[in-house]
Amino acid sequence: MNSEILGIIVMYGLVMLVAIPLGRYIGKIFNYENTWLDAVFNPIDKLFYKIGGINPAKEMNWKQHLTALLTINAVWFVLSMLVLTNMAWLPLNPDGNPSMSGDLAFNTTVSFITNTNLQHYSGESGLSYLGQLTLMLWQFISAGCGMAICAAVFMAMKEKTSTTLGNFYSFFVRSCTRVLLPLSFVVAIILVMNGTPMTLEGKDTITTLEGNEQNVSRGPVAAFVAIKQLGTNGGGFYGPNSANPMENPYYLTNMVENVSIVLIPIAMIFALGFILKRKKLSWMIYSVMTLGFLILLIPTVISEMNGNPAISHLGIAQNMGSMEGKEVRFGAAASANWATYTTCTSNGSVNAMHDSMTPIAGMTTLLGMMINCFYGGVGVGFLNFYIFIILGVFISGLMVGRTPEFLGKKIEAKEMKIAMIIALLHPFLILVGTALASHLYAGNPEAYAGWLANPGYHGFSEMLYEFTSSSANNGSGFEGLGDNTPFWNIATGIVMLFARYLPIIGPVAIAGMLAQKQHIPESNGTLKTDTSTFGLMVFAVIIIVAALSFFPALTLGPIAEYFSAK
Amino acid sequence: MKENIMPAIRLTLFCAVFFSGVYTLSILGIAQMAPNQGKGEIVTVNGKNHHINVAQKFTENKYFWSRPSAVDYNAAGSGGSNKGPNNPDYLAEVEARIDTFLLKNPMVKRSEVPSELVTASGSGLDPNLSVQGAKVQVKRIAQSRKISETKVLEVIHKNTEKPFLGLLGTEKVNVLRLNIALDNLK
Repeated sequence: MNSEILGIIVMYGLVMLVAIPLGRYIGKIFNYENTWLDAVFNPIDKLFYKIGGINPAKEMNWKQHLTALLTINAVWFVLSMLVLTNMAWLPLNPDGNPSMSGDLAFNTTVSFITNTNLQHYSGESGLSYLGQLTLMLWQFISAGCGMAICAAVFMAMKEKTSTTLGNFYSFFVRSCTRVLLPLSFVVAIILVMNGTPMTLEGKDTITTLEGNEQNVSRGPVAAFVAIKQLGTNGGGFYGPNSANPMENPYYLTNMVENVSIVLIPIAMIFALGFILKRKKLSWMIYSVMTLGFLILLIPTVISEMNGNPAISHLGIAQNMGSMEGKEVRFGAAASANWATYTTCTSNGSVNAMHDSMTPIAGMTTLLGMMINCFYGGVGVGFLNFYIFIILGVFISGLMVGRTPEFLGKKIEAKEMKIAMIIALLHPFLILVGTALASHLYAGNPEAYAGWLANPGYHGFSEMLYEFTSSSANNGSGFEGLGDNTPFWNIATGIVMLFARYLPIIGPVAIAGMLAQKQHIPESNGTLKTDTSTFGLMVFAVIIIVAALSFFPALTLGPIAEYFSAK
Repeated sequence: MKENIMPAIRLTLFCAVFFSGVYTLSILGIAQMAPNQGKGEIVTVNGKNHHINVAQKFTENKYFWSRPSAVDYNAAGSGGSNKGPNNPDYLAEVEARIDTFLLKNPMVKRSEVPSELVTASGSGLDPNLSVQGAKVQVKRIAQSRKISETKVLEVIHKNTEKPFLGLLGTEKVNVLRLNIALDNLK
């Protein structure tokens, strides 16, 4: 078999090999069961609680969870703004990089505390090492925050009637120290042993074989890259992210980084089954997500491996596939593979430039972010899927004429209203944002000439991609877009804020309200939610609600580009 | 809200100490056992250091050329072209690169030029080339160095990196390694 194809199959195999046991481990963490790492982490966690002044045993209801989450996120916002606007004179700045402007600092701060990692700066010249390490902190704790709030929803899905859902701070600390930290350690060590830099020294200056001077950026890269991959963050140390040969030097490092992208999102699904003792439900959710993922993955790989027809018309050989914006050590298949992983989850790191991909791949990567729950972000991916489950339960309930119930709890008008608002928020943010940007550009193309690197349909795709990526809290980009301007910094910043917090608040509110309701024991009349029939139902709801709202926008971008290519 | 502010601030500050500090320093400590103490993989030629994973700019006929770079091989500001696949300016640029290549390599047929040799890499620092990308440069190099083509082909053959574990990913050559090997030919 083709070694490039075999490479991506092996990667998925590795994902499953690790994700299932990891899911069981995460389940134990949130169930407060003993694990063999307790000897190390019990004392560390106690230190966190003591210094934080937190009582981890205090039970919280869903509103208290949300208040705790929003408060700590506000603290991160202030601290991040302070660091980013003062980097120039703060320590750890060997390359003498400048501080950020207000609008860029706002965008970057929002981007990292919301787990998005959209980057309107380039790491080599736009951040000091202190800035990089501060952003790395958000990469850890914004991911931990997503896992913690997802754990609260898991607790709410248990059979008993309850108003309290565990302690937010405790879930948060346990996610950070017991899941993210050890995994990051392992990944960082593999990377650093394989040539990814890890140093606090500044740029290296060398003389090339032909006698030119070349400056080579370095830094604490390995530590940073590990958590950016594992926490579905995606913000690279270098400008071109994991396409940069320092950030991702070999095929082996590429495999490790690529597998890390989906590890926790998939493990969370299996953790759910473990916590609720409903393995079948986990497999139903996993199957729906995987079906969607494969439907996006396969055309992406085929299209990129077949190459760019416009290049073939120039009469040259294109055996490696479409190679503009790609690296030879990965090849077209592993680049297309990464592109699908990173957009189906909300990671957003890249190992090839998405802007230069073929129109089909441009469309599938957009679709992955538009749907945003085929695996999804750590914790929040499941919350997005949860909304579609609620919608699926309601619609199938209507179809068969039964009261809609999910896991023994009645779904009523209030829950449905919240679910509908959250489901429509994502298309709303993306389409309104893109419409506004297109309107500005079309009204005065000369004033905004710096925005688009490509003319025509592809230029429209650049704007659509930027808002989709912001609203999906993804962070990848069609990087040709000249996005470090006040308009893009502020507009995408606002989109990221809404798109992070409302889709957390909504599902937590639904789950919290359902948890308080009387539990109805399962009977013959109960709609079974862990069957393949119901799985297909949810899949259909996802396609109808998410995918079709975007079809008109996609026709103006990648679809038009595909059909107009000569 | 109020009872959450103090814990939030204190917890965040301790997280900063722990994740930005302790974690980073631990990995930094482990990096001391890594190749070149985690300062980037280096090869030394005649007492001079080269980063083996970072493409260098090669323009002389006696060397293998790296893939085109949208940032002129700036390893302190890497990046791709971000040109769309059907952008007319972009296609004209590729056409110009093909013409330049054919001009400097007159013995090569147009249909033999692999696309990776005339398209810009994602980072602008791609250290590798496909084997085909190296082979089409053999005649030029042999002529310029006044050595036999078999000798140059042998250099490629010796430095061809098989897919990972012989099974996964692409087959490739490292341009810098090839050029160092060429300089060592005697």
